[in-house]
Amino acid sequence: MSMAFEIPTERWSSAVNAVTLGATAASGGTRTSTVTVGGDATLPFLHFEGATPNRPVVAMEVLDVAPKEWPPALMEHFGDVIDDPAAWAKKCVEQSGADLICLRFLGAHPDGPDRSPEECAGIVKSVLQAVGVPLIIWGCGDFDKDNNLIPVLSQAAAGERCLLGSAVQDNYKTIAASSLADGHLVITEAPLDIQIGKQVNILVTDMGVKPENMIMYQTTGGLGYGVEYAYSIMERVRLAALGGDRMLSMPMLAVVGSECWRTKEAKLSAEEAPEWGDAAVRGPMWEATTANLFLHGGTHILVMWHPQAVAQIKRTIADLMGEGA
Amino acid sequence: MEVIGERLNGMFQDVGKAIVEQDKRVIQDLARRQVDAGARILDLNVGPTAEDAVAAMKWLVETTREVTDAPLAVDSTKVAVIEAGMELIGSKGMINSSKGDEDSLDKYMPIAAKYDCNIVALTIDKGGIPRDANGRMEIAMRIVERAMIHGVDLQRVYIDPVIIPCNVPDAGHHPGEVLETIRQVKLISDPPPKTTLGLSNVSQGTSQRNLINRIYLVMCLAAGLDSAIMDPLDKDLMDAMITAELLLNRSIYCDNFLDAYRK
Repeated sequence: MSMAFEIPTERWSSAVNAVTLGATAASGGTRTSTVTVGGDATLPFLHFEGATPNRPVVAMEVLDVAPKEWPPALMEHFGDVIDDPAAWAKKCVEQSGADLICLRFLGAHPDGPDRSPEECAGIVKSVLQAVGVPLIIWGCGDFDKDNNLIPVLSQAAAGERCLLGSAVQDNYKTIAASSLADGHLVITEAPLDIQIGKQVNILVTDMGVKPENMIMYQTTGGLGYGVEYAYSIMERVRLAALGGDRMLSMPMLAVVGSECWRTKEAKLSAEEAPEWGDAAVRGPMWEATTANLFLHGGTHILVMWHPQAVAQIKRTIADLMGEGA
Repeated sequence: MEVIGERLNGMFQDVGKAIVEQDKRVIQDLARRQVDAGARILDLNVGPTAEDAVAAMKWLVETTREVTDAPLAVDSTKVAVIEAGMELIGSKGMINSSKGDEDSLDKYMPIAAKYDCNIVALTIDKGGIPRDANGRMEIAMRIVERAMIHGVDLQRVYIDPVIIPCNVPDAGHHPGEVLETIRQVKLISDPPPKTTLGLSNVSQGTSQRNLINRIYLVMCLAAGLDSAIMDPLDKDLMDAMITAELLLNRSIYCDNFLDAYRK
């Protein structure tokens, strides 16, 4: 006698918010495509238990200033566009199929080139012209500078439903106000701390930003630098969302590229670390493996650098979404 | 915990009057305020004043539906009123309630199965309210048995162990027996049925109603209570509930945790 095996499933009372980035002409923007993330009604990729209506996506990062110390593994792909954010963005979309472009204004930092908000706004406009995908626009991380910079960048992209980064516990008002004024969304950031993450979300919603216009980001490092703890936080966030905690129901973003390529494991050359093998393979693998882990943790938007890592993770996403051959 | 808002009940004078006069404003205002205060389900009871209880329930459901899509509980002792309400609400509804004797359960469980909705069943039968947890558990097991026979998913069954006012002479042991019942119901089956409680009854006729409700709710939560029919507009009661849930590790702390629940 045989009995059919039934996989036990959990019944969740709630789901992750579904959030749409980008606005096409029909909704007042100029994007040629939009991206919707979230809406998950189960733990990551448990298709037998609940719906995962939207696939996780890859945002490729473009910097406003050419990075000084990029290893050859990255330079060989981006060397020709590294001084031109619009061309860089175009290359990411056309050659790697980036779902989003994450434009980060490191060059606005007072300790660096200290670029003016107006100069940065010009870059936003040129990237909007060069690509049709939605944008993430991220400040320089200096509170005072960002509070001058973000409103100008936000205005330059008014109506495009960009994702503005980032609101933190001690500096969230300007970015929240900008998102409301210009029709954008907000990234809320916390230092690998679920309680602070929840608190920032409350503070930003208190400013009038709807939960459906927010994405959460917990800072983390690359593989080997505390990713297990990041994973456990992501898991707890997802469980809270499925259990109905509205202040932890926003989709999650993870910054993978810049964190991975800061590690010696990713960037040391084969001469410096011969026992670790070919750097051109090792670096992208480090990034893809980190991204893979966060994908399983429940991340919806992966911000990445290396084209090979992106290609690898896109295959993984297709497999996990049941689209594989 | 699922808060079932108790205020849309014809026993309250304002609601009773609004039902008779078909004054939507009063009903819709109370519906909105309860949801804003954190009620996840709204209990609807037309009370004793309505002449045509079926028509009054339909009006109450439709009036509430105009301002919220929160799940609704149809609260009545009449089968026809329950049927009429569930017909409008469907699977997002809750039947409140069936008694725990076989005759009642065989009347109400098929309705729950038909609409695939939640159902509250009381541990009270023809012998009245049992004296202790054992008596309540005997009825709880009958409830589970009848639910299974009629094809009602046990996670849709809310067992209410029936609390009586704490000032009733010689009934001082009941609050403790109800706590014990809440614990034991979770051992009946896997997955177990849910538990709920008509909370305000515990303080009926006492001089410190809010305080007693508040303390008893926290005790019940610690025993594992899943939901309660209560007044979400009592802010101290809601704050106590939110804090208890936090201390029981059912929610994640943040500095504004009281606001977080109400978002």
